[in-house]
Amino acid sequence: MMDNERRELLHQELKQHGDAIVAALPGAISDVKVAFGELTLTVQASRLIETVTFLRDDSSCLYVSFIDLTAVDYPLREHRFDVVTHLLSPKQNRRIRIKVETDDMTPVPSLAALYPAANWFEREAYDFFGVTFSGHPDLRRLLTDYGFDGHPLRKDFPMTGYAEVRYDDEQKRVVYEPVRLVQEFRNFDFLSPWEGAIDYVLPGDEKVKHNPQ
Amino acid sequence: MSDNPVRNFAINFGPQHPAAHGVLRLVLELDGEVVERVDPHIGLLHRGTEKLMEARTYLQNVPYFDRLDYVAPMNQEHAFCLAIEKLLGIEVPRRGQLLRVLFCEIGRILSHLLNVTTQAMDVGALTPPLWGFEEREKLMVFYERASGARMHANYFRPGGVHLDCPPQLIDDIGAWCDPFLKTVDDLQDLFIENRIFKQRNVDIGVVSLEDCWRWGFSGVMVRGSGAAWDLRKAQPYECYEEIDFDIPVGRHGDNYDRQVIRMEEMRQSTKIMKQCIEKLSRADGKGPVATPHHKVVPPSRAEMKRSMEALIHHFKLYTEGFHVPAGEVYCGVEAPKGEFGVYLVSDGTDKPYRCKIRAPGFAHLSAMDFLCRKSMLADVSAILGSLDIVFGEVDR
Repeated sequence: MMDNERRELLHQELKQHGDAIVAALPGAISDVKVAFGELTLTVQASRLIETVTFLRDDSSCLYVSFIDLTAVDYPLREHRFDVVTHLLSPKQNRRIRIKVETDDMTPVPSLAALYPAANWFEREAYDFFGVTFSGHPDLRRLLTDYGFDGHPLRKDFPMTGYAEVRYDDEQKRVVYEPVRLVQEFRNFDFLSPWEGAIDYVLPGDEKVKHNPQ
Repeated sequence: MSDNPVRNFAINFGPQHPAAHGVLRLVLELDGEVVERVDPHIGLLHRGTEKLMEARTYLQNVPYFDRLDYVAPMNQEHAFCLAIEKLLGIEVPRRGQLLRVLFCEIGRILSHLLNVTTQAMDVGALTPPLWGFEEREKLMVFYERASGARMHANYFRPGGVHLDCPPQLIDDIGAWCDPFLKTVDDLQDLFIENRIFKQRNVDIGVVSLEDCWRWGFSGVMVRGSGAAWDLRKAQPYECYEEIDFDIPVGRHGDNYDRQVIRMEEMRQSTKIMKQCIEKLSRADGKGPVATPHHKVVPPSRAEMKRSMEALIHHFKLYTEGFHVPAGEVYCGVEAPKGEFGVYLVSDGTDKPYRCKIRAPGFAHLSAMDFLCRKSMLADVSAILGSLDIVFGEVDR
């Protein structure tokens, strides 16, 4: 019971805080949500810098610590990516999440000028998702291999990738080859209760189709 | 001065260098012995953890967290389990919480022992790692006795921990604590007060508190610069609220303060461990180690042999896994290296839709250029050592 009351109190407090931010920046924030005790703002990309500057400098916010920046891919949406930033205010002991919607063509304003930490996080988001950031000082790939092609964390990128590497003893160097799987990755679909295996034929079942009757 | 044009010199540090603490390639631009620019090339240990996780159930994903910061495996599992528990809205029973705290602190000591002593090696001392690794070995035996594995434990599970610890193990951990404090004192005498260690670390790699926040630092890095910021106190999780411990804070924000803080944190962790052991042996410390929610936590083996219901649950949990309600959460824990966070997006199925792993070392390493500019080449490895980098978590 105590816990529920505390949670409710936190929820109210965050809601008020969120509403105050919306009131201070009319038109910049399209959505405020409090869920699981966490505050999420959805911000217009064109006013991101202004909003984050406010969140960093205003005395009621003071989100001076940069925690995280990443993207989430929703391929079916018109703007397929959510660029999600997490900030922390050590003074107020609060966290905030900022979301910006974008697609693979539209750049998002870079936060690297406000928080130098954003530099690498944005490089990572570019590397993994192909989201571009305008005003970023050095938007290179970060974690993938030198000369890597594609953006691996997009939902349409296969988990196994396209290229595999091995050391070739005859050429005395590492060679790149297309991925060859000895066994299919067994991906069961547990969401439809009757069709456990959808993507591949069970051993023995291949005869069913070849049977002339 | 000669009239010859002087050219800056670029060297490659790593990826195979003993002071790189893993597979780090630093491209250093030098003007004589002064560092002009540092360009870290990371990703040589990139395994695509986040992509792999999207194709596996929540339970299958827990072991991936052991392989991030592999010197303190359980602390990472902790963040992931907390995130799942937050989405599911389940509570961990008291004994489960105490065991989690106990093993998190063991993880902290594992990590600090490795870092403090190998950083001393980076600046020229050979003996400390030998002393430190001896204690690490004992702690890994505790890991093994609890989970069956020395490092990749897979012990924390959503809803609690996998199995209860035998009473003998709890007693043995208790018996380890006091002698360990003596070892910390010995290590302190061995190198913290050492003249060369001080010459190499005092006033090297200084960073102000304001810069710490802007660069996304956390953990020992901000405490070294004067902020008494620790998630275990500021945003307590599990039963840290009722445990008595202090946060050591530095004043100068240099390498030396950070190493002294790590030494003191080991003492504080031992203090926390002792309290956990005391609480575990009390009457209210007994009981289940995982929540009795059978749609999340699998039944015990004994139960499975007798009850049809338990057998079905077991089968479903280990094939399909449990479904987590749709939503998104961020959960951070105070890992030994700083704030380790998990941003989990669930779409209501049995697999995470997206799981972003926020590794403290990633933010710390990104500041290498900022920290090393205009310092001497020899300080680069001292600064790198004091950042406490492990490539498992930086590259993911």
